[in-house]
Amino acid sequence: MSVQHPLEHRHEAPGFWRKYLFSTDHKTIGIQYAITAMFFLLFGFALIMLIRWQLAYPGKPFPIPFLASLLGEARMVSGIMLPEFYNELGAMHGTIMIFLGVVPLAVGAFGNYVMPLQIGAPDMAFPRINMASYWAYFLGGIVMLGSFFVPGGAASSGWTSYPPLANIATQGQTFWLIGMVFLITSSLLGSINFIATIVQLRAKGLSFFRLPFFVWAQFVTAFLLLLAFPPLEAAGVLQLMDRLFGTSFFLPSGLVVGGKALEVSGGGNPLLWQHLFWFLAHPEVYVLILPAMGIVAEIIANNTRKPLWGYKPLVYSVLFLGFMSFIVWAHHMFITGMGTVMSTFFQATTMIISIPSVVILTSLIISLWGASIRYTVPMLFALAFLPMFGIGGLTGLPLGLASSDIHLHDTYYVIGHFHYVVAPGTLLALFAGVYYWFPKVTGRMMSEKLGKIHFWLSLIFINGVFLPMFFQGMAGVSRRLYDPTTYAYGKVVQPLNIVMSYSAWLLAVAQIFFLINLVYSIWKGEKASSDNPWDATTLEWATPTPPPHGNFLTPPEVYHGPYEYSVPGRKTDFLPQNQSE
Amino acid sequence: MMEIPYTVKPHPVTGVYNGKFGIWLFLASEVMLFGALFSAYVLLRVGADTWPRGSALLNVPLATLNTMLLITSSVTMVMSWASLKVNNFGKYRFYFASTIFLGLAFLVVKSFEYGAKFEHNHFPSTDTFYAIYFTLTGLHGLHVLGGILVNTYLLSTAKSMWNRDPEHMTNRIECAGLYWHFVDLVWIFLFPVLYLL
Amino acid sequence: MTQDEIKKHVRIYIAVFAALAALTVVTVAISYLHLPLPYAIAVALLVATIKGSLVASYFMHLISERAVIYGVLAFTLIFFAALLFIPMYTTFEGSF
Repeated sequence: MSVQHPLEHRHEAPGFWRKYLFSTDHKTIGIQYAITAMFFLLFGFALIMLIRWQLAYPGKPFPIPFLASLLGEARMVSGIMLPEFYNELGAMHGTIMIFLGVVPLAVGAFGNYVMPLQIGAPDMAFPRINMASYWAYFLGGIVMLGSFFVPGGAASSGWTSYPPLANIATQGQTFWLIGMVFLITSSLLGSINFIATIVQLRAKGLSFFRLPFFVWAQFVTAFLLLLAFPPLEAAGVLQLMDRLFGTSFFLPSGLVVGGKALEVSGGGNPLLWQHLFWFLAHPEVYVLILPAMGIVAEIIANNTRKPLWGYKPLVYSVLFLGFMSFIVWAHHMFITGMGTVMSTFFQATTMIISIPSVVILTSLIISLWGASIRYTVPMLFALAFLPMFGIGGLTGLPLGLASSDIHLHDTYYVIGHFHYVVAPGTLLALFAGVYYWFPKVTGRMMSEKLGKIHFWLSLIFINGVFLPMFFQGMAGVSRRLYDPTTYAYGKVVQPLNIVMSYSAWLLAVAQIFFLINLVYSIWKGEKASSDNPWDATTLEWATPTPPPHGNFLTPPEVYHGPYEYSVPGRKTDFLPQNQSE
Repeated sequence: MMEIPYTVKPHPVTGVYNGKFGIWLFLASEVMLFGALFSAYVLLRVGADTWPRGSALLNVPLATLNTMLLITSSVTMVMSWASLKVNNFGKYRFYFASTIFLGLAFLVVKSFEYGAKFEHNHFPSTDTFYAIYFTLTGLHGLHVLGGILVNTYLLSTAKSMWNRDPEHMTNRIECAGLYWHFVDLVWIFLFPVLYLL
Repeated sequence: MTQDEIKKHVRIYIAVFAALAALTVVTVAISYLHLPLPYAIAVALLVATIKGSLVASYFMHLISERAVIYGVLAFTLIFFAALLFIPMYTTFEGSF
């Protein structure tokens, strides 16, 4: 394992640039990902908070005149948001939250930092490619942010960029496509690295069925990114060709825009984009949720002080889930007129894929049975994940059935459904992960008191934001309406928008507690009692704190499964993986 | 202090070194990239009322020449790797440089082909057939160009690398070869699909 | 690999090269026969598949590769097939 090459004894201390900015160390890259992704999460949240004003008080001037004048006449006229700007905000909120916020945090940050430690590796298999992956992500982010300043503003055709609308949209859409190419490159490089690392670099004795569940989740996620993203890249290339070279891949013949026939050759097919887009974007949903499940599994095992209930079913479920996620994509297209053969097939596969999700959730819930649970802050977030993800998952079933989807498609019900999966679901799990691994990264604990305030406020207000969406959606309110009171049926449920908007703004206030806690604890937090303050079993806790370059002082060797808690007849209630006997 | 294992030597269980596994994963994603474009081609063609036979619009003899050039470059590529395996650095250099040269020749022929199309006012915007033709061959051409650039870099550092760590050097050429053969493989399908059918 | 094995490999590479060149000529020659489209597609794709398999098997050494690489490629091919064939069943009922 520690074969020393005579030529590689060049380990002088790296300078500032190599150490903090252009580092190849997976831990530094993980932290870079975390900081950048959290910035984008806040930014994407800010975009939607602007939208929430328009939704709660349509047509009323924005209450912060300073901000309105800062945004300029092209976006807000005398404090009233223009519909074009509204569309930009919606499209970029989705894009930023998914591709620049949640995935980079769940995979780029947690995966990069924790996964190599959990498998006992000195670093990723390809450290320089890892660095390139981060910088491609960073550039993609810059392009996306820059697109707000081009004439006509940022992309405004929704995060799905459906043609023909996206084909004829302003310059911002071209920036969106170029930004996506960077982001796709980034995840491609990252996923190659993750898979190669997990297959090649596991510590001695760490067989696949001794891997922590988090590593399994990252493994499957990496495969989804590797094989599902290229079709979106292909679609992006085709849309770029359409926009820059006048091809008609997505434009049918005889298209009339604004009363004028479009001067293109035609012969294209808008459904082609939807096929290629959802071939990525459905697996992407699992990219968003699987790492969260991994984090929650780690924290539940650690805080129930018991082995996970059904480790092997969990693993088989996550593998099956990953496989099936490639053949459910067209359930997003039931009402496109793609035909009943397609609808029947995809409705069947969609019902099948709900089974492994239920197995995973059930296993995690049964793991709590009979445990004397430690209600630490990470555990609170992990526990909250279970019902939140449950609501998100179960509300997806009516959308997966072609007939009920006809009524619900493109309403706020859909928004409520996938936000329950990603926001109260994944985001709470990611917070859990931050609180859980913080002592490994910094050697200090985050404040328990501030953490609990953050937890309870977040839990209440995040439900305040998303729960009313189901009622609005069932009342028929469309997801992309600039003014929700346009139609009479929307007026009935309009008061809910005020509840949701105040919840969203208060949710933002709740995050202040988190940010203060995060920054304060880095320097002033209570020192962690040891390298392993949670008495955990997995390998990341067997390193010094924070782990040095190369991670482990001696190559670790693994003797047990990942969750040997409360083994009968032992003095301590945990048996670390690297402890023989 | 731990070093990253299996950067050169194969892993005892999987039997491959990291780089080789990595390049195969990359190629898997490339399969999906070109696969999606082929899928687009099929969907557009099935949905079209009429679709021209490629041989009526495109230059088949030039494309046949290009096919031969790429096939030859593939065999010189694998020969350059085999030469390193028998420790013949001179032969490696000859074969590897030939691969780069043949790749360039492919691009030159391709540019003549494009030029002739532009002269006759055939552009990507002309119709769906030309759109998919230019997109597929253009993306493939970019892959050839990328391969040439990387191979040129590898050739320029070959001597010092060979002297320092011959096994590592041989591995790199193997990985570069896998990519190059894949680009050839894509062309083997592009050629009949676009030019002959 | 021993030196003798490499020499044997080199002979295979030359043979594969000859086969690829010959098949290229064959497929172009057939295209001049102007077969009806379904037959032309079948023949051209058959020849391309043979050529592609030769490159993959011998130049890329897939004929004697490790299980881990077969595994990755098997999944890739399944998803590739899904992507290629499932959208074909999209019917164009209604108008857009």
